[in-house]
Amino acid sequence: MLNFQITQLLNYPITQLQNSIMRYLPKSPADREKMLGNIGIKSVDDLFSPIPAQYRLTRDLKVPRQMGESEIIDYFRARAAENAEGYSFFLGAGAYRHYRPVVIDALISRGEFFTAYTPYQPEIAQGTLQAIFEFQTMVCELTGMEVANASMYDGSTGAAEALLMAVRVTGRKSAVVAKTVHPEYREVINTYVQHQGLPVSYFGYLENGRVDMADLEKKITDDTACVLIQSPNFFGTIEDVAAIADLVHKKGALLVVSIAEALSLGAVKPPVEADIVSMESQSFGVPLGYGGPYAGVLATKEKFVRQIPGRLVGQTTDQNGKRGFVLTLSTREQHIRREKATSNICTNQALIATMATIYMTIYGREGLKELALQNLSKATYAAGEFAKKGKILFAGAPRFNEFVVQTKDDPKQINDRLLEKKIIGGFPIGRYYPELGNATLWCCTELNTKEQIDACVQAVGQ
Amino acid sequence: MSNQDIKKATRHISQNESLIFEHSSPGKKGYRLPPLDVPAVDPQKALGTAARADLGNMPEVSEMEIIRHFTRISTWNYAIDLGMYPLGSCTMKYNARVNEVVVRLGGLAEAHPYQPEKTAQGALRVMKTLADCLLDITGMDAITLQPAAGAHGEMTGILLMHACLKSRGNPRKKILIPDSAHGTNPATAAICGYAVENLKSNEQGMVDIASLEAQMNEDVAGLMLTNPNTLGIFEQEIHKIADILHKKGGLLYMDGANMNALVGKTRPGDFGVDVMHLNLHKTFSTPHGGGGPGSGPVACKKILEPFLPKPVVVEKADGTLALDYERPQSVGRVRMFYGNFGMHVRALSYIMANGPDGLRQTTEDAVLNANYIRKNLQGHYDLPFNTPSMHEVVFSDHTQTEKGIKTGDIAKRLIDYGFHPYTVSFPLVVHGALMIEPTESESLEELDLFIDAMKSIARECQDDPELVKAAPHNTRVSRLDETAAARKPVLRWKP
Repeated sequence: MLNFQITQLLNYPITQLQNSIMRYLPKSPADREKMLGNIGIKSVDDLFSPIPAQYRLTRDLKVPRQMGESEIIDYFRARAAENAEGYSFFLGAGAYRHYRPVVIDALISRGEFFTAYTPYQPEIAQGTLQAIFEFQTMVCELTGMEVANASMYDGSTGAAEALLMAVRVTGRKSAVVAKTVHPEYREVINTYVQHQGLPVSYFGYLENGRVDMADLEKKITDDTACVLIQSPNFFGTIEDVAAIADLVHKKGALLVVSIAEALSLGAVKPPVEADIVSMESQSFGVPLGYGGPYAGVLATKEKFVRQIPGRLVGQTTDQNGKRGFVLTLSTREQHIRREKATSNICTNQALIATMATIYMTIYGREGLKELALQNLSKATYAAGEFAKKGKILFAGAPRFNEFVVQTKDDPKQINDRLLEKKIIGGFPIGRYYPELGNATLWCCTELNTKEQIDACVQAVGQ
Repeated sequence: MSNQDIKKATRHISQNESLIFEHSSPGKKGYRLPPLDVPAVDPQKALGTAARADLGNMPEVSEMEIIRHFTRISTWNYAIDLGMYPLGSCTMKYNARVNEVVVRLGGLAEAHPYQPEKTAQGALRVMKTLADCLLDITGMDAITLQPAAGAHGEMTGILLMHACLKSRGNPRKKILIPDSAHGTNPATAAICGYAVENLKSNEQGMVDIASLEAQMNEDVAGLMLTNPNTLGIFEQEIHKIADILHKKGGLLYMDGANMNALVGKTRPGDFGVDVMHLNLHKTFSTPHGGGGPGSGPVACKKILEPFLPKPVVVEKADGTLALDYERPQSVGRVRMFYGNFGMHVRALSYIMANGPDGLRQTTEDAVLNANYIRKNLQGHYDLPFNTPSMHEVVFSDHTQTEKGIKTGDIAKRLIDYGFHPYTVSFPLVVHGALMIEPTESESLEELDLFIDAMKSIARECQDDPELVKAAPHNTRVSRLDETAAARKPVLRWKP
């Protein structure tokens, strides 16, 4: 069944407009007849009469024919097998391969979690509400912020929303962004701000991979609402957040810190000096899933809470004095404020936030630290080994689980060599940073064994 | 309190459970890591002043407690798996289990977004196949799967309109939005830099053609229209609406929230829509998950294709798939990577399980169910618009307000009857709205239980209004103090 292609599925005898029994639909033909009789019509098509006749579809849709469950599984197994299943991976760059304890899927597969709607009716949604309240609490503990929202789409849109929030808080109308923020985050920010009359300027980095403070100082003006940095940044380098915050605050702007690798918070000091933290939670038990769904989250100081976008869960009591949770401060949101809302965002990523909550609970206070130290140790060991094959850039500042290697060979050629050994190599970053030449961003997590690292380094070498 | 009319639900023991932090104590663990196979690094040495000393109040609990904790709190949720979820405009339909199985297959769940394209052909094929299906379903020419949710899709769609009009010389200033629209529509227009102009509905609950004609001019970029609209009414003069916009150089945006009324029966691309989003978490059964993740693909006509967010999945001459980043007129990225791929997998799996006949039957059943409810509740609740209903029906609390009972009270009483409430007080064009969307997933038996419950509540409103006003009576918590929650927000646990 491995060559099961979609064209085969479309190639079937077409029984025009003939319905067959569909297993998800809980009605017998007799039920439908009974209902039509009750309504007082002859045919279900009478209910579609408001659609002008010339627009009614008189053929079958061109989609695969109705398939049995086993066929569906076969089809997706075949697709899954085309995606380097079983390879070893050295890719990070905003999406990280960490172990997902089985407890996560066991719990979020409960229909009460995954087939529930947004908790607008708190009496019958306390499960979701309490899980999100716990999520908000854990995010605060980890980031050093005072409040966190119920989640955003992802880290990239979260960072863009953080900029817009800073504009609302300060009343200033421009932003300065570090070039070491994930390139795709910067692209998303660019899309979001261009229609808001919010000019964005960029500042560079130093030889140690950290932001160039002198350049930053030049770029901040009296109209700068905020400065956005990422830490660990796109090169894996950990920024001196306190020093940057000092400079930014002196200029009356806010500091927004974006965190793409949330697990770093197990080992790295939280950015308590920031005004807004925008974190991607994917590392916390969320499958890589070819890029999504993930969950961003915004955390901030209590005094800015009324400007935060997205849903918030708050604690309260019921009419009998019992503790319970509700969605709160919704006067910020689009369903109440319409065009005057803090954002057009409606959904949060509740189920992903629940995954992250369960993950943070499983590892907890000691486990996240232990896990982060394993990541740090693996990446340190790997960087030491890679140093034998190329130049490790940005060696002068601390890193977490990523590092940049500059090679003589074109990174694409190296990665092609690695593919033959069933290894997915690092992410070539020359496209975004041409000044770095043949540079590749490598990542090692707790899942990369010493054996894999050694095999990879050996294969990199000519 | 009288419970004898409640047929669907019975009270039973509900477990109490504290916050996870209240179970925590030092020395408990819910994990075990394999031994480190490389030299351990001293974090103080490696990170210096950036090293973290302590993780504060993060929990320390055992695996058993974690399972019980989350299982117990999960039982406090209502869910589709427990029964009908008649939230209007939310399309709470069955979430098939096979979707959850295929999305967890190793090669899909563990694919990294940056792995080389030649090692990601399966993932790209899933996206391309879903895109092709959605294009035929909508009757459009091009599509992006990148937007992460409905509102995100709206933003993408409006940005496409803006870019297209700008390329013609003038992006224009205003977007027209009917008064029955979702709140996301005006919020989206604003975030894209457009002023919002409201368009009023006529007596049938449809767009007032004369008003549209009067308000449409060269300052207006286009109209954001939900069709069927939030009253569950198909805009019968849709061709006129599209003509009026197009004649003045504007574009028609369709909010696809209510696509469950149309799939397989009619196509927006055929009735004049230029750009629209789909909610995969509504029409295509990807789970709502307690509020997300969603997915909001945007489909458009040829004229808007050059502006789609990048990258776009393309088929090369040799039949392999690639991501095309060379899109000079693109509006840019709206999200990193390629969108909520896990939702793309589930939606395709749903389409495959249905086929063309299943999708059509689904639409027919969804509309049949809504009309059956309408027929059987008419007379018990006020029906403000007599226009035919598609997949949802909107009543008002007009009759019940005589006894001081509002739509929100009836909704809370419905909880006692074992149902999730309908959508309360929306759309805004109906005062005291009860917006009911059963979807295709309900059996005749479940529909009859719902109708019985609603009729019974209507009687209670007459005979014992206080019972309804104080509902729900049978839940763990009742009438939580939302005012206090907003006045002094407690947004996190503290020791």
